[in-house]
Amino acid sequence: MAQPPPQTPTAVIPRAAWEGCSVLLDINDGDRLAFFRLTPGATVKIGDKSCSLQPLLGRPFGSLFRVGPDGLLPCQDDDKPRDGGAAEGQAQEETRDNRSLVDNNTAQTLSSEDIEAMKREGASGDAIVEALIANSSTFGNKTVFSQEKYKLKKQKKYAPKVLLRRPSTRSICETYFKKYPARIGFMRVDTLSLMLSMANVGAYSDVLAVDMVGGLVVGAVAERLGGTGYVCSTYLGSVASSIDIIRMYNLNSEMTSRIFQAPLSNLCSLKSSGNAPGSVQGDAVEPSAVPDESLQSSLEKPSDTEVSDGKAQSTTAQPIVIEAPEPSTDEHLNRGDIPIDIEAPEPATDEHLNQGDISMPDCKGNNGNSIAPKAPRAGKAPSPERMKYWGEHGFSSLIVAAPGHEVESVVADLLPLLSYSAPFAIYHQYLQPLATCMHSLQVSKMAIGLQITEPWLREYQVLPLRSHPHMQMNAFGGYILSGIRVHKPDPLGARVQEKSSGATESMLVSL
Amino acid sequence: MMVPLDPCNKPTSQRRITEGDTVVVYERHDSMRAVTVSAAGVLQNRFGVFRHADWLGRHFGSKVFSSGGVGGKGGRKAGGGFVHLLAPTPELWTLVLSHRTQILYIADISLVVAYLELVPGCVVLESGTGSGSLTTSLARAVAPHGRVYTFDFHDQRADSAREDFEKNGLSSLITVAVRDIQGQGFPDEYSGAADAVFLDLPQPWLAIPSAGTMLRQDGVLCSFSPCIEQVQRACETMRSCFTDIRTFEILLRTYEVHEGALKSATVNEASSEGCSLPGKKRKIRSAGEALDSTQTSSVIARPCSTARGHTGYLTFARKSVQGSQTGAAEVCPTS
Repeated sequence: MAQPPPQTPTAVIPRAAWEGCSVLLDINDGDRLAFFRLTPGATVKIGDKSCSLQPLLGRPFGSLFRVGPDGLLPCQDDDKPRDGGAAEGQAQEETRDNRSLVDNNTAQTLSSEDIEAMKREGASGDAIVEALIANSSTFGNKTVFSQEKYKLKKQKKYAPKVLLRRPSTRSICETYFKKYPARIGFMRVDTLSLMLSMANVGAYSDVLAVDMVGGLVVGAVAERLGGTGYVCSTYLGSVASSIDIIRMYNLNSEMTSRIFQAPLSNLCSLKSSGNAPGSVQGDAVEPSAVPDESLQSSLEKPSDTEVSDGKAQSTTAQPIVIEAPEPSTDEHLNRGDIPIDIEAPEPATDEHLNQGDISMPDCKGNNGNSIAPKAPRAGKAPSPERMKYWGEHGFSSLIVAAPGHEVESVVADLLPLLSYSAPFAIYHQYLQPLATCMHSLQVSKMAIGLQITEPWLREYQVLPLRSHPHMQMNAFGGYILSGIRVHKPDPLGARVQEKSSGATESMLVSL
Repeated sequence: MMVPLDPCNKPTSQRRITEGDTVVVYERHDSMRAVTVSAAGVLQNRFGVFRHADWLGRHFGSKVFSSGGVGGKGGRKAGGGFVHLLAPTPELWTLVLSHRTQILYIADISLVVAYLELVPGCVVLESGTGSGSLTTSLARAVAPHGRVYTFDFHDQRADSAREDFEKNGLSSLITVAVRDIQGQGFPDEYSGAADAVFLDLPQPWLAIPSAGTMLRQDGVLCSFSPCIEQVQRACETMRSCFTDIRTFEILLRTYEVHEGALKSATVNEASSEGCSLPGKKRKIRSAGEALDSTQTSSVIARPCSTARGHTGYLTFARKSVQGSQTGAAEVCPTS
């Protein structure tokens, strides 16, 4: 640094990899994307080589590595691939084209034996690429753009590059969406971002979430809470849905401690208690109705309520159960393990996927940026006091992501748990369940500002004289139903008008 | 309090509307306005006359009726008009703020916040401030301890934005300054201190080198431009000290939902009187009184016919990590 960055006592975003942290490795420009835990024994298999991840320690996120004779080596500035590189500036005088290109497989005079020999003699990947270019009879006739393309293709094969990325909502969602979309219910990153906005997620929020997309939503909310507020992940039935994706985030202990899990039945019992919306007397209502015993007993069920040591987590954490036969479920989904390395065709890397390999990130090792020495487990049951608070004050917003479920009845159960004027966002991969849900909310008048939205995202290639949308694009990232919960008019409201006949009053109440 | 700065001032079901609060008066999804509540205040709209005094002590999210003797037209029964009083959020603010410039809407805003990887505590630089639509969402993303430094070269606009932020309780999160970022770059004091930089400028390429100097390593820059030619030039400039340069366009498609039944292809026309494909607005039926039993009524959806066709291109880029060798930082050309 030319000068030390002033102010901002603590950089909130860790900018370099540390022992025990979760990292995302982007191998060959998105060809392979895999999450790893930087434990002392962790390795990545690249080609036929198993490389230790130790060289990544202390390196800034965004660093590029190549495979040297002894494993991963940081790339120097000059061997970084540059976006658009050589093509820049030469676009205008390009006159070459493919008129003389004949696809007869004789252009390359270097044989695979020659290449093997070079490798044995210790030639670097870059040297091999250079040799391939020198021995290609057609290379010189290619346009600058196809020369670049050729180089890149050969480079990927003989001189693979590994980019160290920081896992964040953006990179985690993009990675899953690209490689494993069914696991997250086909929720694209722009859809997820839109929901976080629509649900007004920010510091000190009390977010109620139904996350059946593996923990992507809960993790994203926890990231936005930044160690303040709470996110309560609720689930149908007695078994919590898996939120294991939160292990990919480098949530520190404070952030992790803000994540709770509670069965819907427990939350629904709050509804009948303190927060009676229609009560005229209002705020003074004593929430004596909170059924302490039932709360207590059901609290014990899902998992240990204690903040326990890290060990317990991997076992108790989330018994992974695919709750319903989701139509889109593919075979990968049924496996209990987390698709950490989510590249399908290369089974050799799969060991990193297995739970055993990744111990809970949040509880160990990341003392670098965590405040408490020992992190609490994510997804513990909320205390009775917390439940009581939510019952009286309501949640500040709701996010539902249950792409394989009917949502109408769930939403009808959950909306009363929100504070008045609280926004909500319901995700679905199908339109119809949201349309039905929206219609029933219109009828019940529980919410206003109802809207079904589908984001459309298009990426562009931007190059001198060659800008256009990408030839391939993703055409669907999911639907969102959004709205705002409102306070139903109460008898007082009718009285204020001073013209409330009994009939109008009861009508208003029933609205 | 649009963005809570401590756990006590967030809106909950216990909060009641009091003097001085800002409420968003919701008439219809396309008709809302921000109102500061004062005991003597009166709101008059097509739904009638509303006395603020009637609102005091109510919950946010309440439905309130106009006081007797509706002002003029409307033709409704006296006191029949109603509106909802909502707690302000950055999303609602975007819909009610006064447009001093073109503004960013929710789709672009949420993609920007996500791709800039903003979390509580971040420091973000923005230029120009414009009407403060994005700024408000940036403030929510970095609250409670982060900071948004926003710059506009237009004196009066900066003042108006500052007033808005003050009114919305965002002053401790947002600093507004008057500065020509294209001409002068960002102030040196933020050098190497920004987690993210957002540019909405007519000639973003002039400010990009400075943005590079401000960013921490691996920090993200976003440039918003309506025209592809601007994007083109911005991208060329970015290539010198940014990587991972990506340009997007995001649009929203909205859907309308109706309850209705399609004509059966086999039944003759006489019996299809219950058919009601949406043409005019129909009264929404309550769940009980469905259409007559011979008709299978169902909820149907279709995309709305009109939509925003273009807002702008969003280009994101990451500050390069210099060769992973410490010391080799800041090689961005500074002009």
